[in-house]
Amino acid sequence: MIPEIVFPSGTSGTPISRRTAIKSGLLGAAGVLLAGRLGLAAPTGARPPKAKAVIQIWMWGGPAHLDTFDPKPAAGYDYCGPLAKAIPTNVEGIMVGEMLPLLAKQADKYSILRGMTHGVNAHETASYLVQTGRQPGRHVFPCVGAVVSRFKGYAAGYEGLIPPYIVLTQPQGRFSEAGFLGARYKPFATGGDPNQKRFAVEGVVAEGISDQRQKSRRGLLADLNTLKHAMKGNRQLDALDQCEKQAYDLILGDAGKVFDLSEEKDELRDRYGRNTFGQSCLAARRLVEQGVRYVTINYKGWDTHKQHFQTMRRKLPEMDKGMATLLADLADRGLLESTIVWWGGEFGRTPKVQWEPPWNGGRGHYGRVFSTVVAGGGFKGGQVVGASDEKGENVAQRLIYPCDLIASMYELLGIDPNAPLPHPQGLAVRVTPSADEGVSSGGRLKEIM
Amino acid sequence: MKTLLVLLLVALGTSGGQNPPVVPFEKHAELTSDTPIDELVFGRLKQLKIQPAGLCSDAVFVRRVYLDAIGTLPTAEEARRFLADRDPHKRSKLVDQLLARDEFADYWAMRWSDSLRVKAEFPINLWPNAVQAYYRWIHTSVKKNVPYDRFVREMLTASGSNFRVPAVNFYRAVQNREPKTIAAAVALAFMGARTEKWSEERRAEMSVFFSQVGYKSTDEWKEEIIFFDALAKPAKNGAETVLPDGTRRRLLPGEDPRAVFADWLTRSENPWFARNITNRVWYWLLGRGIVHEPDDLRPDNRPSNPELLAYLEEELVASKYDLKHIYRLILNSKTYQLSCIPRTNHPDAEANFAYYPLRRLDAEVLIDALCQITDTTEEYSSLIPEPFTFIPREQHSVALADGSITSSFLETFGRPPRDTGLMSERDNRPSAAGQLHLLNSSHIRHKIEQSEKLRQVMRSGRNPAEKVRNLYLTILSRPPTKEELLVVRDYANSGQIKRWEVMVDLAWALVNSAEFLYRH
Repeated sequence: MIPEIVFPSGTSGTPISRRTAIKSGLLGAAGVLLAGRLGLAAPTGARPPKAKAVIQIWMWGGPAHLDTFDPKPAAGYDYCGPLAKAIPTNVEGIMVGEMLPLLAKQADKYSILRGMTHGVNAHETASYLVQTGRQPGRHVFPCVGAVVSRFKGYAAGYEGLIPPYIVLTQPQGRFSEAGFLGARYKPFATGGDPNQKRFAVEGVVAEGISDQRQKSRRGLLADLNTLKHAMKGNRQLDALDQCEKQAYDLILGDAGKVFDLSEEKDELRDRYGRNTFGQSCLAARRLVEQGVRYVTINYKGWDTHKQHFQTMRRKLPEMDKGMATLLADLADRGLLESTIVWWGGEFGRTPKVQWEPPWNGGRGHYGRVFSTVVAGGGFKGGQVVGASDEKGENVAQRLIYPCDLIASMYELLGIDPNAPLPHPQGLAVRVTPSADEGVSSGGRLKEIM
Repeated sequence: MKTLLVLLLVALGTSGGQNPPVVPFEKHAELTSDTPIDELVFGRLKQLKIQPAGLCSDAVFVRRVYLDAIGTLPTAEEARRFLADRDPHKRSKLVDQLLARDEFADYWAMRWSDSLRVKAEFPINLWPNAVQAYYRWIHTSVKKNVPYDRFVREMLTASGSNFRVPAVNFYRAVQNREPKTIAAAVALAFMGARTEKWSEERRAEMSVFFSQVGYKSTDEWKEEIIFFDALAKPAKNGAETVLPDGTRRRLLPGEDPRAVFADWLTRSENPWFARNITNRVWYWLLGRGIVHEPDDLRPDNRPSNPELLAYLEEELVASKYDLKHIYRLILNSKTYQLSCIPRTNHPDAEANFAYYPLRRLDAEVLIDALCQITDTTEEYSSLIPEPFTFIPREQHSVALADGSITSSFLETFGRPPRDTGLMSERDNRPSAAGQLHLLNSSHIRHKIEQSEKLRQVMRSGRNPAEKVRNLYLTILSRPPTKEELLVVRDYANSGQIKRWEVMVDLAWALVNSAEFLYRH
């Protein structure tokens, strides 16, 4: 989805940012009030928030917890299939699946949430639950990225030319986005492929059109814009002009260079892995470095009903490499302290392998218990929160519901979980669900914050 | 009235002399008050000492009226034919033709589906099968030009299966089934009233009429029966009800209160019913309601021209609720045919319709226009919820039934989410992301660069000027001006650019011009 890249000052199209407006006294008292309403005032506790940005690795389709971060070697072949080994990590006592040797060496940087649950086995409902923290109902709530964009984006003084909420590379689909917050909080989906020679970000990079031709075209448009010439000073056309200018700043200016991965050393690019996921991780790091608030890497292909183990052998090494390098690279640059990395899908997969036809060795959807990984931005590393039972079929310790994880991230980001969310019908709704909405909760992740 | 008219003509005549028409958007013509609408609008402008804009040119008119009446661009051939027609009545002839076209139903069914919230998913949850049934019913009603009072009555009093009696879906296309929610939806859609601005007591009174709407499921997946639930509280037999205008009415035993409400609503003297719809039609065609916002009728929100609104209401009632009659009256007025270039900065000019206001093309209309000029298509599908939906490639985006079908283009360009039925849901403001898409996305570039139709347009001309002329007619519905031809010639002669690339760049520039993107 391509969002409305909002003007800094909101809807009027005047290129004055809120910050400038306050500085120059244009907003005055109203500006201060506004700041309070938006949750810009110091969050509870008055400490500055630890996290500034989120990189979400969205495991589209639901990754198998047994084959990744919750291995159960003792459960036997019926459960483990050919991936029967667990390997030690650089943290005493934490084991991960045998296909994740590189991530095993980074375990001190992340925590594994093994008590995740919501009990839903349908993709769309589970996706909605995991990304909004809410049960589907009559209102479409915004996902985490849209909420972060609302509280940390343009309305909160973000001034980057690159939109504050980016998806690499394809949108996640209807349950993952802005909900009732509206189109301006939707993510900007880059399109293109970061593993190509040139990462052709939709709208920003046009392959086959030189900068020179871009400029001469722009001149032609200016000369031929006859109606605009006839209506000089028209407010609407001035606003259109501003948008065009912003677009050209991205097309021709330096801001778009953030997508030029060739600026990185070959050696580092190789470490991330020369594939779409690996290079997406690298692009995500570059975006966060530039101040982008929320990056989703929409990583498809985990809905493995059939050919499960073949797929795991093909995809897990790619995931291992990309994600492990991302964590190491963020840490090396001092970015991990301020960047939450959130790995997970809408649910886990059936612990018991479905050997029978037509699956012939597949795993189905499983929402009763699954694993999610978080790192950075104030989350401690080297911890495990909660546990599944011996076969990975139920939560044995510490239930963690999606809203618990989401509220924890908001807390680290300095977004007040009780702040009101603007609703088109003026309904009083809050950033995270309150107890009276009937949403189950196991409590925020105090263990690792 | 007659003396007023004469004075007006004199005034307009002299001022007209001071402002030569702006080429190619205006026409040199006396601004006469030919219709009652014009007498009321120009009379008011005169009172306020506001100078109206000039009359729009034929080229502007043909494009404007196609977009406003049927949401479609005229083809180059249609534009050419209209421009060449010497009939002095060609404008009203064209209006009649357009009101009879199939696209009329597609376009207005889209508008109705916006305010009736036709979508399969959250938060409306009609589900795909019922969306198709409901949309089809709306479309057919528009196509047959069913009298407006009958159209509304049918929805309000419907009972039966959501698949077999499509009008019952009105009661399903709400965010929840509380009587108050239904009452609010009815008030907004058919009275243009926002119940949240009413007193609690009045809201409760109106809710009573919708407190016996029953819902039950059947064995068929997602089928639902809407029925009059005589046992539901609180509208007991014999209860006294109060209608929104204060009229008291005792319910008869076994009487469906929805029917009582519908009878009251569609009576000719109802103060909301005709006013709401005529004001909306005016808003749809002229970009601003006589009451503004167009769905916020209340005593303290005065119409800018009460006599004009009253006139339209009377015409609607007298024509037995024939909406096409209202379209025709408006489209044939000089008021509608004013140019978009204001001749004054007067703060009340806009609210009094002194010029035709610029509006960016609606998302669906914009993509259809891009498809038409390039002869390309779009692909839409919806994999959730089941059953999966695939839309035939040749179907226009304006004719999409389901408001929840995923499309990043439509969302970027402000398609309404159909969550509330508020007119303000549609967002036609420009955005940087939208401009980025139009200026530089592979989507739009491929449409232009790979368009067989544009190549044909190129081949069709005998000389460069004619090719450019054909391209202009295809994209902007008018021939180029001399100045524009010179610009294009200079661009072609400027250097290394290949001939086909010149045409691509020209098509690209025209598509990105304000004239293409805005109704004007």
